[in-house]
Amino acid sequence: MTETDAHYKAPAVAGHVDVPYAEKERLFEQVRSDIRFGDYLYGCYECGICVAACPSARFYDFSPRRIAQAAAREDVELVYQQMQEDIWECSQCFSCLRCPRGNNPGGLITIMREVAVSNGLASAKEALKGYSRIIYKIMSTGTQVSPDMLQQDAFPDWGPETADVSGNLDLWRRALPPETLHTTTTGWAVADRTLIELYLIWLHTGALDLISDVDPGLHAILQELMEERLEEEGIEP
Amino acid sequence: MTIPIEALKRKKEHFERGEDRRALEDPRAELLALEDKGELVVQKIDRETVTVATKFGREKRIQKAHLWHHKSCGQCGHIPGYSTSIFWVMRKLGYDYHDPRDQTSCTAWNYYASATSNSAAQAAVAVRNFAAALETGYFPLIHCGTSYGHYKEVREELIRHPELRAEVRAIMAKLGKQLVLPEEIVHYSEWFHALRDEIAAKQVRDVSGIKVTVHPACHYYKLVEGDAIYDPDIYGGQRTAVVTGLAQALGAEVRDYSTWFDCCGFGFRHILVQRDFTRSFATLRKIEVMKEEADPDVVLTHDTGCVTTLDKSQFAAQAHDRNVGVAVMSEAQFAALAMGAHPYKVCQLHWHSADYRPVLEKMGIDWERAWAEFEADIKRLERGEKRYLDWDDVDS
Repeated sequence: MTETDAHYKAPAVAGHVDVPYAEKERLFEQVRSDIRFGDYLYGCYECGICVAACPSARFYDFSPRRIAQAAAREDVELVYQQMQEDIWECSQCFSCLRCPRGNNPGGLITIMREVAVSNGLASAKEALKGYSRIIYKIMSTGTQVSPDMLQQDAFPDWGPETADVSGNLDLWRRALPPETLHTTTTGWAVADRTLIELYLIWLHTGALDLISDVDPGLHAILQELMEERLEEEGIEP
Repeated sequence: MTIPIEALKRKKEHFERGEDRRALEDPRAELLALEDKGELVVQKIDRETVTVATKFGREKRIQKAHLWHHKSCGQCGHIPGYSTSIFWVMRKLGYDYHDPRDQTSCTAWNYYASATSNSAAQAAVAVRNFAAALETGYFPLIHCGTSYGHYKEVREELIRHPELRAEVRAIMAKLGKQLVLPEEIVHYSEWFHALRDEIAAKQVRDVSGIKVTVHPACHYYKLVEGDAIYDPDIYGGQRTAVVTGLAQALGAEVRDYSTWFDCCGFGFRHILVQRDFTRSFATLRKIEVMKEEADPDVVLTHDTGCVTTLDKSQFAAQAHDRNVGVAVMSEAQFAALAMGAHPYKVCQLHWHSADYRPVLEKMGIDWERAWAEFEADIKRLERGEKRYLDWDDVDS
């Protein structure tokens, strides 16, 4: 940091302790080197169509146009700030794909989020607080939205029907005519062999290791679960 | 509002993106070219089809029967009548299908919500499911709009990036599978659209008095837009034709509203951990606008998150005296009801939150009697007369 920077620059970015410029460059380089980056960014007319279409822009201090512009200008400081703040406000609806230049700000955000998660950025840790169970469910069962998640304490704003569902869950699931839907802890019955194949995918693509910094406890639990299961099957992880 | 359809048809000039900036115009041709080079395996359509038009005119073939149902975790978990109605309609039309256990979700929750995945993992999950479908000989039909959109993204990435293909091929080899993609990626709502006349031919309940608004699902027509179904006769080809085409074929009155392009507010991470945004957007930008401008009896949509968001977000808004209170369901459930499906045994409307009873009454359904029938079935399960209900039970 130069003397001028030290005098004028705020010590924090989006409420998180600032990091050296070189670290921001390293993070930006991770974003830029992703194979999807070139498919998602072509330039910006500053027309604002993406902002007009964006649901998050209506409710937050958020702009998909700024995301595309910061990436196009290679504004390392601004991209870092966005990775510590803005990216978690995106709804990932991809309304911004209305862009006449063919930009995909939502896709850029997907990449920026992945870099934030894999590097254990403070914003990622904050955003994923309370999210461990979801990650666990998807990685361990191959499905996410399970019937037993419908509990009134988790969804008090969804009306009394939630309590009806959880109170009658086993019977109501057994009343479903498709044989695969009699489950309560997963959306449907997933075959054992299918799960083993899924675990191999998580392990070999580095997807499991993505969470090692942001949620080390969950990472350890999932790693043990997957490796034990593979060992039972006599499969080298 | 009116779409200037005639003026649009007369237009001589059209905006076109540069070639390097477009989505792939014909992914099918690209896949077949890669198959010729031995890079991947394409699962071919091998049964009778219906041909429909996509956004930029490419023809897409929808296989009618022998389909591998790629289920949706959100539908199966929280809106099971959505999945059940898809199966029920297919059974009533006499088309065979396979409901696999060798299927994971697309796992896109970990991609769009928490970013705890990467492009290689997402591609491998998609390809593993497609390889599992090929092994059965049934052709994939994707229930979830997000899975459908995401798989189209994955297909584009695999076509564009040889290094990703090589990585996924290596992972598939460890699983004893090949890199498989289907000739077309087909959403269930495309099947319902393509077969809407056959569905209408089996209609037993009159829905002509039902006012409908349609929420088109973002991940259906915004992600890889060129692959979604459009029809010049529906919205002048200016909006996706699915859902609306079916509702019209059934004779319902489809009413328009100004915020049709807005998303539902689902937001992925928001619906679970930042639901104030979801509730606000769903009520202020969707439900209230629909109520004010179109006064629908029912909101029809064609994706998991949209049904959940639009349905569940209304309860809390009532406490603030907001102008909410309209039934929400998938067009599959609506079509099943029109074809005579039981509202609880098949459509499972007791899992929904917004009041659906008024629209059932308008369709001539005695919901109190139907509920008593469902409860009688539940008693049979409680008494141990049966462990599970099956398809024979729901039509008895």
